[in-house]
Amino acid sequence: MSEELKFTYNVDGEDFNSAGQASVSVKKNLRQLGIDPEIIRKVSIAMYEGEINMVIHAHGGTADVFVDDEKIGIVLSDKGPGIADISKAMQEGYSTATDTVRALGFGAGMGLPNMKRYTDYMNIESQIGEGTTITMHVKYQ
Amino acid sequence: MTIHDIKELLDARVCCGEEILNRSILSACASDMMSDVLAFAKNQAILVTGLMNPQVIRTAEMMDMKCIVFVRSKMPSDEMVNLAESCSIVLLSTDMLMFETCGVLFTKGLIGKGDTQ
Ligand SMILES: Nc1ncnc2c1ncn2[C@@H]1O[C@H](COP(=O)(O)OP(=O)(O)O)[C@@H](O)[C@H]1O
Ligand SMILES: [Mg+2]
Repeated sequence: MSEELKFTYNVDGEDFNSAGQASVSVKKNLRQLGIDPEIIRKVSIAMYEGEINMVIHAHGGTADVFVDDEKIGIVLSDKGPGIADISKAMQEGYSTATDTVRALGFGAGMGLPNMKRYTDYMNIESQIGEGTTITMHVKYQ
Repeated sequence: MTIHDIKELLDARVCCGEEILNRSILSACASDMMSDVLAFAKNQAILVTGLMNPQVIRTAEMMDMKCIVFVRSKMPSDEMVNLAESCSIVLLSTDMLMFETCGVLFTKGLIGKGDTQ
């Protein structure tokens, strides 16, 4: 692959039923490109957790996925409420999710730690009242 | 064990994936919390759950699972069936409860530790 490939998705924040659509589509695209299944799995899980977070915590946003020679990059951007204390949010089990979200099977406070675990690089930029941008890389080696 | 064997053991209805029941299965995980499945599952081929929404299918797809068993007679919506078909995931529905379902599968040899590959 000499040129970088890019996939862009809108993540609808109003419809929980559609949450995760972008990740399913990315997984299909990466399979078609013949990327190693273990790499695809890491990208899929990290992106899915991030996509769900955008829906349950931030009214949706955009997801960009970049594929180049060395890695797959995922950039998730939203204009939600932002994260007040990032190191706290990164702790396993920390969650501000509502009971409604828990009844849907999410909100165990494992999303951000899981995203960190499955990626080789993760950066969170967040401003209260402005939004959050999370960048993740999964390297081929 | 094949998915077909599991269908027989649980006396389950096949909601989709009739043509791929011959796939073999070694391991299973059970949860109503998709967050926990994403954080703790490791290569298990079957997800046993009582939760009913499209995220169950997407979670299984992200985890490369082959089959979902819905307990307590729950039947997936058309939207869920379509999604599972597009991901080649078999959906089964059994009248058994979660505890019984897990007990039967465990007794018949499915393990909790993930399939290797
Ligand atoms: N995109 C986001 N916008 C605002 N807050 C977020 C976002 N992502 C995560 N958070 C905050 O970080 C917490 C921890 O996230 P996570 O580990 O995914 O757990 P969970 O989603 O189960 O609550 C969330 O409960 C929420 O308070
Ligand atoms: Mg989360």
